[in-house]
Amino acid sequence: MLYREALNRAIDECMAVDEKVVILGEDVGRYGGSYRVSEGLVAKYGEARCIDTPIAELSIVGNAVGMAIGGLRPIAEIMTANFSLLAFDQIINHASKLHYMSNGKIRLPMVVRFPQGVSKQLAAQHSESYEQMLSAVPGLIVWAASDVNYAYHALKQAILMDDPVLFIEHELLYNKKGEVDVDTPLDPFKARIVKEGKDLTIVSYLKMVDDVMTAVPTIEKELGISCEVIDLQSLNPIDHATLEASIKKTGRLVVVEEDHYTGGYGAQIVSFAAEKLFYALDAAPLRLAGEDVPIPYNRSLELASIPTPEKIAARIVEWGKSNGL
Amino acid sequence: MEKRIAEEIYYLMELGRRFEYAAKEHYMTGEISGFLHLDIGQEALSVAAMRAFDHGDVFTTYREHIMAIARGIEPKAVMAELFGKTTGVSGGKGGSMHLFDPTHFFYGGDAIVGGHLPNAVGCAYARKLEKAGHGVMAVFGDGATNGGAFFESLNIASAWKLPVLFLCENNRYAIGTEITRVAPFLEQAKKAEPYMPTMEVDGMDAVAVYEAVSEARDYIEKGHGPIFVEAFTCRYEGHSMSDAGTYRSPQEMQICKAKDPIERMKKYLKEYYNMEDAYFDEVGKKAQAAVDTAVEFAAQSPEPEAAALFEHVFCKECSDVVS
Ligand SMILES: Cc1ncc(C[n+]2csc(CCOP(=O)(O)OP(=O)(O)O)c2C)c(N)n1
Ligand SMILES: [Mg+2]
Repeated sequence: MLYREALNRAIDECMAVDEKVVILGEDVGRYGGSYRVSEGLVAKYGEARCIDTPIAELSIVGNAVGMAIGGLRPIAEIMTANFSLLAFDQIINHASKLHYMSNGKIRLPMVVRFPQGVSKQLAAQHSESYEQMLSAVPGLIVWAASDVNYAYHALKQAILMDDPVLFIEHELLYNKKGEVDVDTPLDPFKARIVKEGKDLTIVSYLKMVDDVMTAVPTIEKELGISCEVIDLQSLNPIDHATLEASIKKTGRLVVVEEDHYTGGYGAQIVSFAAEKLFYALDAAPLRLAGEDVPIPYNRSLELASIPTPEKIAARIVEWGKSNGL
Repeated sequence: MEKRIAEEIYYLMELGRRFEYAAKEHYMTGEISGFLHLDIGQEALSVAAMRAFDHGDVFTTYREHIMAIARGIEPKAVMAELFGKTTGVSGGKGGSMHLFDPTHFFYGGDAIVGGHLPNAVGCAYARKLEKAGHGVMAVFGDGATNGGAFFESLNIASAWKLPVLFLCENNRYAIGTEITRVAPFLEQAKKAEPYMPTMEVDGMDAVAVYEAVSEARDYIEKGHGPIFVEAFTCRYEGHSMSDAGTYRSPQEMQICKAKDPIERMKKYLKEYYNMEDAYFDEVGKKAQAAVDTAVEFAAQSPEPEAAALFEHVFCKECSDVVS
């Protein structure tokens, strides 16, 4: 099943059993979503539940908050992460805080989905990532789907939960193929060990997980080691237990993220390791991230601005050699 | 309309359409990438509005190649930008959606729908403060009129009597969503009525657009405050190269293509100035030659240097301190 089909199936199954579940966003209905995630749903559930909105992100999320207060279970789609900035007030001041401010009286069973990241030459206003900012918001659950199976299960549970979930997708993953084990639910708050290993823990999420996996054979060969690769999946809250077990086992940590280095999400993981697992570490951790620049249009510059499998392999091999591997 | 201006507009429309077809062709070959929004069908609006608004500042959207050219930016600098080359008007860092040239008072090239409207209003404030005698034209689609930035801009421009010409290109669609499905009426000028005078014009008619925008420009330059012009138009292609545009029926497309703006301008030149076929052939050839030159220039231009990645994150003075 394709990643986008897994997301579609999760939404479809929830809409089929609960008429309170609605989707809203730009071109999500008749058009089927610009990445085809909601394809076919309007034919099954009608326009009243597959709501084509105007270009008004503040209202897309703001209305979703109100719909949730009113008893619906809305899934809001923001066409591209950058446009979610227009809805930050609603996400941060409203969605994430109402439960707390009302002393638990108000529940917001809602999901905000958006694709993010560097795709192919979409330039600075269409290529950003916001997990770092939105994971810093208490009251908001942030999940990032890199795996097709996770995409299906986690989105389904996000819809069923009573807390607001920010569900991050990556623009280059929609056509990724993978197996979905429909009958075995998973815990979406848990990180996934993509590959076991004993000498080095590489932590990543979203599309970078695939790039890390592409780089791993080279790293293992060049350094003569085995790598453990962890896909975080839940960015907030973080599955510290899985991280801790792996870092204690390997004694070395590399974090790979696509977004800008300064203030990036990976710093949180390194901070956790430095604070809590300092004596388990055999070397200072390494962070690989995008450059601190807006994403340029030109393809070579664009690729130079983010980690690629080649760069990930080269940097880790170089770092490993000077850090006792 | 003066013959000189009519001829100029006709040439730019021919050039614009051929430019867009060339861009499409080179998108297919992979030399151009990302989101490419073609302006085919809307040439009368893009060209005539820019020629009428020949002084003052312009803020527009991602569907702006023809506007940039009509503003005076060289076709080769626009094409090179689409190719991501260093000779592009934005050095290859902006691409199709982000053409900027302050020497032509052309400020993008903004790809956040409605996001440039408050910027246009702010620029108009600056012009008013310096008593510049001219104002700002903000160009946007029908889809942009549903966002908060739009309403805030109408309100502020009107409250402070700022010289802003709001030009709405109503092609009835925001990607696949027809405006009447997400707004209570087709005419978006109705939203501006409480704030400022509004005008409606046939956006497929270059002469009408030229006259309307000229009149509106005079109005803001006299210090009366903002004005709203709504032009009804039609894009022939999909929203961008990633959209097949199947939500519009063949009949609908046929009706809109029957109003072709270039044919219409040709007819005007024939009727008013007795232009003959040889003239149109000549203009067509000249326009094609300009496009071919632009493509050749773009193809042969160098890629940006690797160091360009880190240039212009900050101004030079500040960068020196940072590094
Ligand atoms: C804030 C924001 N939301 C969504 C988008 C995605 N998007 C790009 S163009 C577009 C449609 C705009 O339609 P309209 O304003 O009518 O302009 P047109 O493309 O028809 O010229 C949408 C939804 C965006 N770029 N910015
Ligand atoms: Mg439109």
